[in-house]
Amino acid sequence: MQKLMKKLLQRNETYIFLILFALSLLIQVRSGQFYTSNNIVDILSAMIVPGLFAVGAFLVLLSGGIDVSFPALASLTAYATTKYLLDAGYEGSIWVPILMALIIGAVLGAVNGFFIGYLNLPAMIVTLGTASIFKGIMQGTLESKQLAVIPAGMKSFGTSALFTATNPQNGLSSRMPVAFLVIIFVYALAFFILRYTFFGRGIYAIGGNENAAYNAGYKVKRTKFLLYVFAGMTASVAGIIRVCMMQQCHPTNMLGMEMNIIAGVVLGGTAIVGGKGTLTGCFLGTLLIVMVENSMILIGVPVIWKGVFVGLLIVIGTAVSAYQSTRASMKVAKKREGAA
Amino acid sequence: MGEYLLRAIDIHKYFAGVRALDGVTLEIKPGEIHCLAGENGCGKSTLIKVISGVYQRDSGTIEFDGETLNKITPIDAIMKGIQVIYQDFSIFPNLTVMENLAINTQLAAKKKIVNWKNMRKIAQEATEKINFKVDLDAQLGTLSVAEKQMVAICRALMFNARLIIMDEPTTALTKKEVQALFKIILKLKAEGIAILFVSHKLDEVFEISERFTVFRSGKLIKTGNTSELDDRKFSYYMTGREFDVQTFVPAATSDSPVLEVKDLSLEGSFENISFSVKGGEILGITGLLDSGRTELALSLFGMAPATSGEIIIHGKPVKITSPQVAIENKIGFVPEDRLSEGLFLPRSIGDNIIISEIDNLTKGILIDKEKCKEEIRRWVEELAIATPDPDNAASTLSGGNQQRIVLAKWLACNPEILILNGPTVGVDIGSKHDIHAILQDLANKGMAIIIISDDLPEVMQNCSRVQILKHGRTAGELSTQDITESMILDKMM
Repeated sequence: MQKLMKKLLQRNETYIFLILFALSLLIQVRSGQFYTSNNIVDILSAMIVPGLFAVGAFLVLLSGGIDVSFPALASLTAYATTKYLLDAGYEGSIWVPILMALIIGAVLGAVNGFFIGYLNLPAMIVTLGTASIFKGIMQGTLESKQLAVIPAGMKSFGTSALFTATNPQNGLSSRMPVAFLVIIFVYALAFFILRYTFFGRGIYAIGGNENAAYNAGYKVKRTKFLLYVFAGMTASVAGIIRVCMMQQCHPTNMLGMEMNIIAGVVLGGTAIVGGKGTLTGCFLGTLLIVMVENSMILIGVPVIWKGVFVGLLIVIGTAVSAYQSTRASMKVAKKREGAA
Repeated sequence: MGEYLLRAIDIHKYFAGVRALDGVTLEIKPGEIHCLAGENGCGKSTLIKVISGVYQRDSGTIEFDGETLNKITPIDAIMKGIQVIYQDFSIFPNLTVMENLAINTQLAAKKKIVNWKNMRKIAQEATEKINFKVDLDAQLGTLSVAEKQMVAICRALMFNARLIIMDEPTTALTKKEVQALFKIILKLKAEGIAILFVSHKLDEVFEISERFTVFRSGKLIKTGNTSELDDRKFSYYMTGREFDVQTFVPAATSDSPVLEVKDLSLEGSFENISFSVKGGEILGITGLLDSGRTELALSLFGMAPATSGEIIIHGKPVKITSPQVAIENKIGFVPEDRLSEGLFLPRSIGDNIIISEIDNLTKGILIDKEKCKEEIRRWVEELAIATPDPDNAASTLSGGNQQRIVLAKWLACNPEILILNGPTVGVDIGSKHDIHAILQDLANKGMAIIIISDDLPEVMQNCSRVQILKHGRTAGELSTQDITESMILDKMM
């Protein structure tokens, strides 16, 4: 038991969880509305898109890279898919749009993967560039504008609910979108890949020591390439789901999300230099950001202050984890001195 | 099986037109400990990479176990039984010991899905082979250097290794750890595994190897039995120069000590250390890694100010609370890790030399370019820093030349007391001799010098007296004139 406690206290996830809990209590005390069924469903529903983005961003960070292109990539995919299906008069189910998004996402992700994996260019620069290109294609070539109508299949997917939660006090109700299943599936898939496949262990290995990974026999280039393809695919699905949930396609309103998503992942304990981090931490960190973004209004903080709070959270959160890790390494040094 | 396990014959390798290997040959017998020596940049590492398949040779033949190998990939080499333990051990600091140990075999077996139980079993077997006790679930980054090396060795042994190549395995180890490593190496030899031990440390070559090969500038210079080798020959093969090894005898010392230290203590590091150094003297301070020798150096230079005791310079007690105060008192300090503490690697050689005397090279409030150039030229010449252009980055130089820059930087401030911590760590033999000559020359000009080092031959040759530390206390002070290395070792251990 004591051992378990000690182990828990060393983990970043524990602290994020405690912060989350404290924040939820604060909101509950101030508004009495946090622990209501409809609010919880609202937050989980708001988690779907950022949560999906976060998985991709997390895996890429884990490998020692960074991807700032995923909002642009998702926007382009979502817009192209919606526009094409509208023009074609598509009336069918959600599967075709999802499949299309997966394919386009894989191709766009492959562009990132090719430059970063096979040509070994710095990920930050490449994805900054491709973000611009994706945005340019969307706004220039496709002449994007807001699409107020989306295909029927996407519309019904966006409105269909797994269940509905109603707050008995004020009668407000919230739907849990079917899309929540997607995020569960993607997290389960990511967990399996990271824990039980050598591709997944390779992501950790490359993030820890790229040369060593090569020497050990990992196909470093291919692993990186596939990783960006995977990140492109999850981001694209997130993009399509967002369009479905909003019931309209707004080409630019996802742009700019990358910083908060990456910040959330780092808050969750993922090392910005790669190699360290857990899926749980990735989820909790993103949840923290989403909660602050969505719940400030409940404790009476005006919306215009939202950015300041998110920013504060990021600075304090990363400072705490940096402090933790320096303390941990000092402990190691001490222990070693003692042993010598 | 023939007489040789590995024969690499007449290997050539070019990088962008530069000849890295110029027809070198290396032959290793089964189960022998073979030492490959040479100065930095002589082609040792390149040849290792050619043998292990990281680089492809441009010409030449490689035979392993009587079979000619044409194109080698890293995986091929591993499958044949050739294992390399690189200087950085090629390990994953972020993964557990278990995963580090098991990952290679699993990858080599082309496994796609991880079986954790199986991985644990593999890791257990690997550590048991050499009786290495370690927590398999510990993160590798939390282990000591020696333990990391053991992990790398365990990993290498899993592939029915026939030949293990160790690239400068002792660089970051303490004396005790080196001895433990040598025991393991002998054990491996007893099991019929050949070891190629890459090193440029004389004493290690003599202690462990049966045969040796020396490269210089990409060429084979000499190969033979270690028993036919002596210090002088070895240095000559490595550098192509003859050295006169002479124990330093102070030419003239000042009447009163320049630096006196009385009962100096730093809580948790060292206690009641006392010594004095006269101008013209070189004092050695030696001890094991945990003896407090490095901390003592840091205290003398104000980086970790002493908690009690006295430092007296020219008869006046001074409180050295920061490096600035130390510099004002004309103390210079060459740190142990020149890369992270002593040099601005990406900046030019010239900038590095003048950085600590920059305040004197001004015209009004601006830096005087002409004066700077003059100063840089003087030091490059005086210390014979081998560079075509002092505007090149400091990182382009070899270890020996980098150390000279650090020296030049301090000499430019005209110190009266110079403290050097591990002055020749990672420096090749030629530069080592040169640096020693420079230090002896400085002492003869009246400077008080303290060399902190665990390289006993270095201490014996250059210091007139040696202070031995053990667990943070003085274990004795001896004159180097009438003692042997083993006497120092006795007191250290």
